[in-house]
Amino acid sequence: MNIFIPTPLRSYTGGKDAVDVQGATVAAALDALTADYPDLRKHLFSAEGKLRAFVNLYLNDEDVRYLDAKEATEIKAGDTLTIIPSIAGGGDAMVN
Amino acid sequence: MLVLTQALYNEIRGHGEETYPHECCGILLGTENDRGWKIDAAVRAGNTRTDSAHNRYHIAPVELMKAEREARSRQLSIAGFYHSHPDHPAQWSQTDLEEAHWLGCSYVITAVEEGRAATTNSFRLIGSGEDDKHFAQEPIRIESNGISNQTQKEEN
Repeated sequence: MNIFIPTPLRSYTGGKDAVDVQGATVAAALDALTADYPDLRKHLFSAEGKLRAFVNLYLNDEDVRYLDAKEATEIKAGDTLTIIPSIAGGGDAMVN
Repeated sequence: MLVLTQALYNEIRGHGEETYPHECCGILLGTENDRGWKIDAAVRAGNTRTDSAHNRYHIAPVELMKAEREARSRQLSIAGFYHSHPDHPAQWSQTDLEEAHWLGCSYVITAVEEGRAATTNSFRLIGSGEDDKHFAQEPIRIESNGISNQTQKEEN
């Protein structure tokens, strides 16, 4: 399947914005991705191996965290996975 | 350095005036060179923080995904984000830093004072990861028809 890589992580995939990997599930595809590009792992997963809270995954148009099987969801031919870090903030805690 | 047209610069600042006293937010699409990002489009996003929209913003991940898709279709990348600080300075906050995860991207902040856009600043998120990330202010260059006419844009 094709995994789309967000701007800040492309430096860990040799500049590629999409990577083709094999895997039966979302989790397996991510494992394959980080096996090919080990430096990506710490940016996607915590030291405990959990997907970082600010990393959103979309299987086609669906947010993986809302799928019944979540990261164990099986992949079908032609599926794409998009990695998209979250964005938030605000002017409630000025420091400079 | 962040490079953008006068029209895009006005669009970003105007968005902040429209949503005042709430924070506006949006996504910047562009291309990167060795000096920074050149912005080709600004995509408005909704602020999901309706509970505290005067001092917080959050862009729904699905909007980010759509912007990513649009960028890809136009041979562009997500270059950064913009938001406003209603009646607060155009400086990054601790919340901005904690919630910033797009290393290498530009975060543009416009102070909106009593409904009028004031200073606009851009900060690039620098570092190798969550442990050492930090913001570095970068100049904003406004270009008209490809010709630079200002090296540091500030409205006070």
